[in-house]
Amino acid sequence: MNWLFEMLSYSFMQRALIAGILISICAALTGVSLVLRKNSMIGDGLSHTAFGAFAIATVLNFTPIWFAIPVVIIASFFVLKLSGNKKINGDAAIALLSASSLAIGTMAISLTKGVNIDLNSYLFGSVLSIGWSDVWLSLGLTAVVVLLYVFAHNRIFAITFDEDFAKAIGIKTNVYDVIFAIICSLVVVIGMRLLGALLISSLIIFPTLIAMQFSKSFGRVVMYAVLISVANFALGLAVSYLITSPTGATVVIVNLIVLITTYTIRKILSS
Amino acid sequence: MTSTQPAPTPQPIVPPLITAKNLSLSYGQSKVIDSADFTINEQDFVCVVGANGSGKSTLIKAILGLLKPRTGKISFGNNIKRNSIGFLPQDTKVDSNFPATVFEIVLSGTLGHLGIKAFYRKKDKAKAEEALKNLNISKLKNTSFSNLSGGQKQKVLLARALAATSKILILDEPSNNLDYKSRQEFYKALKNLNQSGLTIIMITHDLDAEDLIGNKIISIKESKVACETTTEYLRRYK
Repeated sequence: MNWLFEMLSYSFMQRALIAGILISICAALTGVSLVLRKNSMIGDGLSHTAFGAFAIATVLNFTPIWFAIPVVIIASFFVLKLSGNKKINGDAAIALLSASSLAIGTMAISLTKGVNIDLNSYLFGSVLSIGWSDVWLSLGLTAVVVLLYVFAHNRIFAITFDEDFAKAIGIKTNVYDVIFAIICSLVVVIGMRLLGALLISSLIIFPTLIAMQFSKSFGRVVMYAVLISVANFALGLAVSYLITSPTGATVVIVNLIVLITTYTIRKILSS
Repeated sequence: MTSTQPAPTPQPIVPPLITAKNLSLSYGQSKVIDSADFTINEQDFVCVVGANGSGKSTLIKAILGLLKPRTGKISFGNNIKRNSIGFLPQDTKVDSNFPATVFEIVLSGTLGHLGIKAFYRKKDKAKAEEALKNLNISKLKNTSFSNLSGGQKQKVLLARALAATSKILILDEPSNNLDYKSRQEFYKALKNLNQSGLTIIMITHDLDAEDLIGNKIISIKESKVACETTTEYLRRYK
């Protein structure tokens, strides 16, 4: 167990662990609604947008996170608007946004000379990039998301299960859509520094899919998704330290192994 | 000795539950409903019929307040508020593998009465229990929605609508995807609810006489709306 104490003795690992756990909580809570409403790819589209925004901000010498947050929030509204447009499918809108943002980001970096940008850390994340400001930002976001879930979980359930019915009984579904779009954007932008643009959406999707193997109750799926998300992140971070592998990829692989295992066990038990 | 007959007590005039006056509905430039006038009274069982795309669901959306009329208005009597109308959307819009228990779903029907409160009250839970009991599905309370048959799922969604209302129930093609037996059972449950005082408005795609179980028909053809008794309607079309 010495390696564990050694790992936790590094301040960058402490920051990564705290920020990662907080982002995992937010991603799991947001993910339940996104996955069950079949909007899982929104996280993916927004993370690519965040990559483009980070690249442009770095080239223009802006603070990346403060530039990326409004850009990604605007992009999330754009996706929401297009999702409601019958002429363009929501998934086509997300694919459009992903490819365009990735292309703009890559082009901005490649055309700029004299700026040293580590493309890999944007795409795949880096534990070294997490500062205390990210930890405080994650803490604030987690507080907001947890309070939202505590006080509006019944309405979130109604909207997630059947939006038409929720509208009919007077729930302002468009207000919740906007809140979710903002939260999802913040989760992606803050989490992207840790897990990378290509992997952050896994933190949104995997916990819900795993939790659904255990329970058929919405309340329990939410609770299990949070616990699974936190446990898998902590395990992934520890394994990545132990075998010196990339953190983002390790967290995703841990989630994948847990999903395959739980799915197999459920299939065996149900047959 | 002469006895004088007491003067008959005048019956109070009961205003219609729903009144549509000069109602026109449209999506953008395309007019769906044109200058419709109709009334729905307490304890009516109204079937809304018309071809695909004729505007049946649009009319329901307007009654539910989800679509603003282009002209005219829909007004409610008997202190009805829009968020206290029970609504059963088309079953195709609900994910049949959604992870939720029957009680979680039925209880969500009471959300319209919660106002700004965050948590369900005892009376909301009692209302949900009562809705389950009315449809004889109390034993399914803790069952997962994904484990139910098509007919049971429809009854659960009907129970959710009942938890939302004690006055008006609106159903959008509820018998779609139900086999003959489940459909008959479902209609029987609706008739019982209607007899117990509930006003029901049901869109039905099927024009078989056995599906026109209400006392009144609202038919929509080429943007025009006609409202008549089921007997009159059947005489004209069958």
